[in-house]
Amino acid sequence: MDKQKITERLTEVFRDVFDDEELEISEETTADDIEEWDSLEHISLISAVEKAFKMRFTMKEVSGMKNVGEMIDILCERAKKC
Amino acid sequence: MLSELCYPFDGDEIMTKKKKLLRLLKENESGGVPLRIAVLGGSTTSDIVKVLELFLRNRGIVPTFYESEYAQYQNDALFGNPELDAFKPEVAFIHTCSRNIEEKPIVGEDEKSVSDKLEREYARYERMWTALSEKFGCVIIQNNFELPSERLLGSREVGCAYGRIDFITRLNCKLYDYAQNHANFYIHDINYLSAAYGLEKWHELRHWHLYKYAMSVSAIPEFSYSLSNIICSVMGKNKKVLALDLDNTLWGGVIGDDGQAGIEIGHETHEGQSYLALQKFIKAHKELGVLLTVCSKNDPENALEGLNHPDGILKPSDFALIKANWNEKSLNLEETASELNLLPESFVFVDDNPVECDIVKAQLPEVTVINFENPEECIRDIDKCGLFEVTNLSADDAKRGEMYAANAQRAAAEKKFATYEEFLASLEMSAVIGEFDPVHIPRITQLTNKSNQFNCTTKRYTQAEMESVAQSSNYIRLCGRLTDKFGDNGIVSVVIGEKRGAELHIDLWLMSCRVLKRGMEYAMINRLVEEAKKADIKTVYGYYYPTKKNAMVKELFGDFGFTKISEAENGNTVWALDVNAYTPKTVYIDIKENDNG
Repeated sequence: MDKQKITERLTEVFRDVFDDEELEISEETTADDIEEWDSLEHISLISAVEKAFKMRFTMKEVSGMKNVGEMIDILCERAKKC
Repeated sequence: MLSELCYPFDGDEIMTKKKKLLRLLKENESGGVPLRIAVLGGSTTSDIVKVLELFLRNRGIVPTFYESEYAQYQNDALFGNPELDAFKPEVAFIHTCSRNIEEKPIVGEDEKSVSDKLEREYARYERMWTALSEKFGCVIIQNNFELPSERLLGSREVGCAYGRIDFITRLNCKLYDYAQNHANFYIHDINYLSAAYGLEKWHELRHWHLYKYAMSVSAIPEFSYSLSNIICSVMGKNKKVLALDLDNTLWGGVIGDDGQAGIEIGHETHEGQSYLALQKFIKAHKELGVLLTVCSKNDPENALEGLNHPDGILKPSDFALIKANWNEKSLNLEETASELNLLPESFVFVDDNPVECDIVKAQLPEVTVINFENPEECIRDIDKCGLFEVTNLSADDAKRGEMYAANAQRAAAEKKFATYEEFLASLEMSAVIGEFDPVHIPRITQLTNKSNQFNCTTKRYTQAEMESVAQSSNYIRLCGRLTDKFGDNGIVSVVIGEKRGAELHIDLWLMSCRVLKRGMEYAMINRLVEEAKKADIKTVYGYYYPTKKNAMVKELFGDFGFTKISEAENGNTVWALDVNAYTPKTVYIDIKENDNG
């Protein structure tokens, strides 16, 4: 899966989790940009991304991600290994 | 009802889309029962509560929640806080797990010292239950303790004084003893749930370390569903009927083609054995008060031939009603519901044929449908769906099947009389109408929470609330039990009126639809007026609050001789009766004061 495909699929996951069909994300998007993205919703988001991409984040990754770009980078990295 | 939230569900899908599901439920919400639930957690509860709300709303309960600050369960339960006190929970759920055990045994510790630890640990919980129960009189739901993920001593963790699994098992037994001896207290069996889910998957340590969830985030839907089943059962939301297909459901093969000798049922073949196991499992539901009916496309004589198979366990007499014909099943289910005076929403329909299932789903969305491929799957789905979850089993429950069978005999008898009055007189009815008896409070509460049709206010009570009404001198209470020559119908009517000076306000007036058109409601109003006179009441006020289901009692108070004094835009009506101007209604029931008199 290339970066663009990953971003598209990730956008779908964000839309499902935040129940917003028009939500757009970019590499710079952070939790501050999405009103309902608090620490509790972060858990749902991480779980949903893990299910959608059939992968698991390490604990360090979960607590260390600063923005959507970093999340995409991790997903690209894992996709290469597969 | 959203099918995404019906068993068997996709837990991951629910976790991902819970916001959307909540929005959809709110959009379609109509007339749910409100319920205040305090969740007192020993670990994170956020998503547990969110998913619990989805399952409850899907079954007609609209919850509001109080959630403890992280791990403050003990402080909240013992000492309360202004927010919790103002919230006045009707249900308190103590969400603790094995991680919350404060004093665990140490390797090599002696039996006496471990037993002391056990007593101290248990006492902590009992103090919380006592405090909650005294302060709020609420229903309490307590998780038991699940097995840990690691076993330092291997199998020696059991059968050894300092074994940790031994300790957890003993602690659980103490919880169960308390549950046996206390009403309004229920165990949420996460020990079973985690085992069924798979202990290794359940203990997702990452999710404990990252988020302080007691179990894997993926297990939350299973957890919340199981919890919702207890709450739904306490609130009288259980299903009442299992409507069963015959061919390839209760036996293998098609009775019309294969004949009695050709169908698979009994010990002779493997397939026959699996259908036998299913029949045994279904028959056991009768003891829980679940009604069994047949809904099959068959000639009636063939259906009976199949059910009379010598090796079968389910016989024609086990069914409250048998519909075997060639009509659409949705139509048959509707007719069955109306003949039993029940609503389609009380039904669980079981069929192997996906097409039949889809038609029923489309035509009668309120019916729960279980579609399956083989008998083992069918047993699992009925078992795990939790729609018949037992919280209180009343003596009437086990007899319910007989009661409905007696109803069918009455219907047949009715046809033989020239007038309806003659028929009523022939039933040799007698009723006991009187004050709430403490032993009957569970049944009174159960009936109150599940009566929808013959119910003027649809007011719901927890058992604790009903107990407090029973003990207060501010109320006139009546419960009525009806017997006739075909059998005992059990407690069928409940009335609660609140006294305010010389006025009596009827908070609750309901009757089981099993005894419609028998004059029982007239016997109840006659008695209520007598009691009102004794209490120096001058005026009785009746209230009718319309719902989707209770149109049949819209004019009930008018029929009793009340005068309508107001009607609101939403259809709510208020009625008044001058006690001294009341003319008693004619009844064909012999009325007794109590069971002896």
